[in-house]
Amino acid sequence: MIIHHPLLGPRDAQEFTYLGDATLIDRPDAMAEGALEAFDAYLHLRDNPAGTHRELWYHEVGDRSWLVVTRDTRTHEITQVELARDVALSKGRGR
Amino acid sequence: MADLTPITPLGGTTLRSETIGALRIAEGDDWALASVAARAGQAQAVGAGLRELTGLDLPGPGGMASAGDWRALWLSPESWLLAAPLAQEPDIADTVKRPVGDGASVTEQTDAWVRFDITAPDDDRLWPLLERLCNIDPACAGPGTATRTVMEHLAAILLREGAGRAAVLGARSSAASLHHALVAAARSVA
Amino acid sequence: MSRARLPSGGQIDRARRLEFRFDGRAYTGHPGDTLASALLASGVRLMGRSFKYHRPRGVLTAGSEEPNALVTLRSGARAEPNTRATVAELFDGLEATSQNRWPALGFDAMAVNDWLAPFLTAGFYYKTFMWPASFWERVYEPIIRRAAGLGALSGRDDPDDYDKGFLHADLLVIGAGPAGLSAALTAARAGVRVILADEDFRMGGRLSAEAFALGDQSGADWAAGAVAELADMENVRLMPRTTVIGAFDHGVYGAVERVADHLPIPPEGKPRQTLWRISTSRAILAAGATERPIAFADNDRPGIMLAGAMRAYANRWAVAPGKRVALFVNNDDGLRTARDLAAQGVRVTAVIDPRADAPDPGIDGARHLPGAVVTGSAGRLGLDTIIVRSAQGKEFRIDADALAVSGGWNPNVHLTCHQRGRPVWDDALAAFVPGPDLPAGMTVAGAAAGTFSTHGALHAGHAAAAEALAALGHKAPAPDLPQAEDAPVTLHPFWHVAGKGRAWLDFQNDVTVKDVKLAHQENFRSVEHMKRYTTLGMATDQGKTANVPALAIMAELTGKSIAETGTTIFRPPYTPVALGTFAGRARGRAFKPTRLTPTHQWAEAQGAVFTEAGLWLRAQYFPRPGETHWRESVDREALAVRASVGLCDVSTLGKIDIQGADAAEFVNRVYANGFAKLPVGRVRYGLMLREDGFVMDDGTTARLAEDHFVMTTTTANAVPVFRHLEFARQCLWPGLDVQLISTTDAWAQIAVAGPQSRTLLQRVVDADHDLSNEGFPFMACGAVTVCGGQRARLFRISFSGELAYEVAVPARYGQALMERLMAQGADLGVTPYGVEALNVLRIEKGHATANELNGQTTARDLGLGRMVSDKKDSIGAVLSRREGMMREDGLHLVGLRAVNADSRLAAGSHLLERGAGAVAANDLGWVTSACWSPHLEAPIALAFLKGGARRQGETLRAVNLLSGQDTEVAVVSPHFIDPEGERLRG
Repeated sequence: MIIHHPLLGPRDAQEFTYLGDATLIDRPDAMAEGALEAFDAYLHLRDNPAGTHRELWYHEVGDRSWLVVTRDTRTHEITQVELARDVALSKGRGR
Repeated sequence: MADLTPITPLGGTTLRSETIGALRIAEGDDWALASVAARAGQAQAVGAGLRELTGLDLPGPGGMASAGDWRALWLSPESWLLAAPLAQEPDIADTVKRPVGDGASVTEQTDAWVRFDITAPDDDRLWPLLERLCNIDPACAGPGTATRTVMEHLAAILLREGAGRAAVLGARSSAASLHHALVAAARSVA
Repeated sequence: MSRARLPSGGQIDRARRLEFRFDGRAYTGHPGDTLASALLASGVRLMGRSFKYHRPRGVLTAGSEEPNALVTLRSGARAEPNTRATVAELFDGLEATSQNRWPALGFDAMAVNDWLAPFLTAGFYYKTFMWPASFWERVYEPIIRRAAGLGALSGRDDPDDYDKGFLHADLLVIGAGPAGLSAALTAARAGVRVILADEDFRMGGRLSAEAFALGDQSGADWAAGAVAELADMENVRLMPRTTVIGAFDHGVYGAVERVADHLPIPPEGKPRQTLWRISTSRAILAAGATERPIAFADNDRPGIMLAGAMRAYANRWAVAPGKRVALFVNNDDGLRTARDLAAQGVRVTAVIDPRADAPDPGIDGARHLPGAVVTGSAGRLGLDTIIVRSAQGKEFRIDADALAVSGGWNPNVHLTCHQRGRPVWDDALAAFVPGPDLPAGMTVAGAAAGTFSTHGALHAGHAAAAEALAALGHKAPAPDLPQAEDAPVTLHPFWHVAGKGRAWLDFQNDVTVKDVKLAHQENFRSVEHMKRYTTLGMATDQGKTANVPALAIMAELTGKSIAETGTTIFRPPYTPVALGTFAGRARGRAFKPTRLTPTHQWAEAQGAVFTEAGLWLRAQYFPRPGETHWRESVDREALAVRASVGLCDVSTLGKIDIQGADAAEFVNRVYANGFAKLPVGRVRYGLMLREDGFVMDDGTTARLAEDHFVMTTTTANAVPVFRHLEFARQCLWPGLDVQLISTTDAWAQIAVAGPQSRTLLQRVVDADHDLSNEGFPFMACGAVTVCGGQRARLFRISFSGELAYEVAVPARYGQALMERLMAQGADLGVTPYGVEALNVLRIEKGHATANELNGQTTARDLGLGRMVSDKKDSIGAVLSRREGMMREDGLHLVGLRAVNADSRLAAGSHLLERGAGAVAANDLGWVTSACWSPHLEAPIALAFLKGGARRQGETLRAVNLLSGQDTEVAVVSPHFIDPEGERLRG
């Protein structure tokens, strides 16, 4: 596999480590009411699409960027790669 | 002055160097290294401060810049590795921290790395070695680039110093394994 | 020796002779020969025995699809079984032996299997060896393995090296026949980076094997000219002897280059083969086509080969296939063989063509038999007669010592299937052609796409290159291609001759038409079932010559079309690859990288025994003269730490530099316990949870400045913890101002432990630093200088439970510092200790390590439940409060002490009540770490015990059924020594 790193261009998959669904970015508020249920869903409930999947890859043997990779699970075609930090910020995550 | 005798990354008292065919592979430990990571919103100020210190402009992704005795290479977003001769900068982290202050996180890295300088007569004789070590497109790794990649399962930074010249930075603890990989590949293509 | 070499012609260097041996006999050949062509030229037709029935076999093909002529090449440790003689390039001194025969190729006692054939049909072992089950491993399998099979491995280490490498191109052209050469020339002339790979040692594909002209040149000469032009271009990499074995995701292709297989042994330091990973924007598959046989009774006799192969032997290698050659073909292309042989002066006796309207090739002296078929063959160890049935139904014999067979050609679609593409049936060609779902960026050209004429291939190659160039943003140069034959495909599908005898489909796995019929009869009718039931296509040739005829027969039997019957698809590799090639250099000690500590050479000089900890090599213990057992060394080292002072290199622990305005907030969120208020100059133990609430790692973290922390991780978890912290920093809290970098390798860190540690350190740390208990108390840290100004870091932390410190200097000075500490501590009895003693010391103190933090442990299990703060948000805190993790009868970390000091206690033992049976239902927990405690003079252990917090004082049993140990143990506090912590605060 080749992943087109948004800053560094096409790079071999062996430089990366896979984590999983990009919804792991959406960590619930631990201090809010119902946190236990929210965390349970956050950690354990996943979609399993046959098709487009947004997922987290880490450029471990590279620039240490976390990436959100949009991949078709049927063909492995990668249609989009973003810096996970930018995705997190765009979702309103901050401090 | 301290009276401790250093050893080289390969564990010797002198630096190793091998000539294999047209290739030369030489262990190096004479660069002082410090990482600089800009703090939130400080990248420009850090760049300005370091320009004053070193005379160079911090490079963009995958890049390397040098001016005089100083060089800088891109590590990760808003983070760089600065290098200068060790004899001249024995406390490089302090030197680098001074102009940037709270604008950047600076970390001593001199002994985190081993460097191997690779010399070939030209790029045509350098790449047969490199293409056995890393999956990097030669078209994207010309002189002036600094590429973090994997070589024989080891994290490494490939620095392109000029035509026929490269340096590989690897973790100091695995210097012997990296050296073995470089020498085996050189013998294969010599 | 019979002389089958034609007097002239061929692409061999007749001026040079190469000596070689086959089954011990000496032969000669020429550069340019394969082992198969040189053997045929020497009159050798019998080259092997079949897998199951031990039938005599000769070459069927002239290429990598060969199912029969498998030999063991070379001898001793370099012996390589199952090498196809048809692709083994001849070299001087080559040695080959035949396989699967005993005592000799010419007389094989196991050929008795052929008489037992009625019992050995498809599925025989499913039916025959069913019962009793216990016989399978002990009786049936050894017998079957001895009787059936191919060559044997030498059982010795492969002395050769194998390389791996990475190449990058704009266009990869796979196959250097007319289509591939035309494509490569077009693209190369446009200036893009081209790789042209071909499995053969001579580029040219069928152009090397055919007699027809391209323009005013021979095909071989045109190919040589094209190769010469490409070789001169800087943007082209020519890779002969290179098989592209697989098409992988995102334009990545695997290729095996046989760098030195054509040499007796590889030159010193050079690889035998190189496994290349080629990344390319576009690829053109120009892999040509493979001819398929027609099945008839006894069609596997040496001397019977494919028509195109016979033509190749005659044209490329100047080998006469026989003295009286017959043909059995159903297409016009096959008739070329008759013409080419006649032109070379070889006698053609008959042309048998099942087509009623077959054209007469007009060969002098040859009988033309349209509408006829070959129904059988005869001859001992090789063909001498064929049996023919004429259009009128009359059977008669024809003398023939060679028979050329052609049932048409199958495009080599294999690589088009590697991304799950399915070939589609083309009725006009009577062949499967590439389907629409090709690997991204791939185009198929020439015979591989079903364009069988040379003219068509040349132009298809150009067109495919033009399409690739357009995609790359380049314009294709105008075609500059020679005139070439443009014969249409004229073929009447004809798969097998009905009859009683066994007619072979898969020669290598001995699968016949009967076996397919049996599969059909027993309802294994889908192609996938048929394949597995009969083993058709499952040999090393993957059924390249067998699959399509078998599908056709299954289609006939089911009354469906071939298109409806469908086909199995192909997986990588295209041809077999030696496992050594996949391993590359990663063998023996180079299997994985090794990390050495800064004091490694020093420890070696001390005679240390080393142990692996992940990639690290760490000193396990330091035996002294007179010590005969490791326990003696370890006990001595551990006692020295408790009594005086010991030194241990602990540089392997992960060190992460955490800085930034929000560094404290960040550390506070990634540890379950509080860090926000840790004062500068202090260290704290930190417990790190995964988000699911289980313990991820632990370690100490030092605050060097308001905005600067140094976190330590366990040796094993340094990389995962750094990854986890970067995830938290980039994905969870991108607004926190915090920066991370690993400094594990930058520092040599030495533990100085024991009651005399302060005294020793005071001799090394420069005098201006106050090391008194008040000036540098337990859990203090800070920058110091040692040995006259060397910058260093000092931490007062203890893993052993003794007064202890860790001192860090830049890695290059680690060895010198160790030597200095040893010299300065000589009068104190300073003792280096290894990880074994370190382990004893920490078990005695009740500190957890990876044995306890196994991914299933909660803070509560460790007795650290109260450390998880509920006043702040930290990773894992919420889910650590799940109901299931709060159970009163949950596991708790306890200490165990053997009741009887000379009993044995092993990690992995399970805990049971006295008198309870050793069954899972009675399981109370298990021992995680165990050692002999020289301090307590008893076997002790740490264990997880159900409800352990309330069970101190009880006596249980630690049972290890594997080693037969059943040891009475007392449940005690895990803190075996100094539970109040007075020593480390002293």
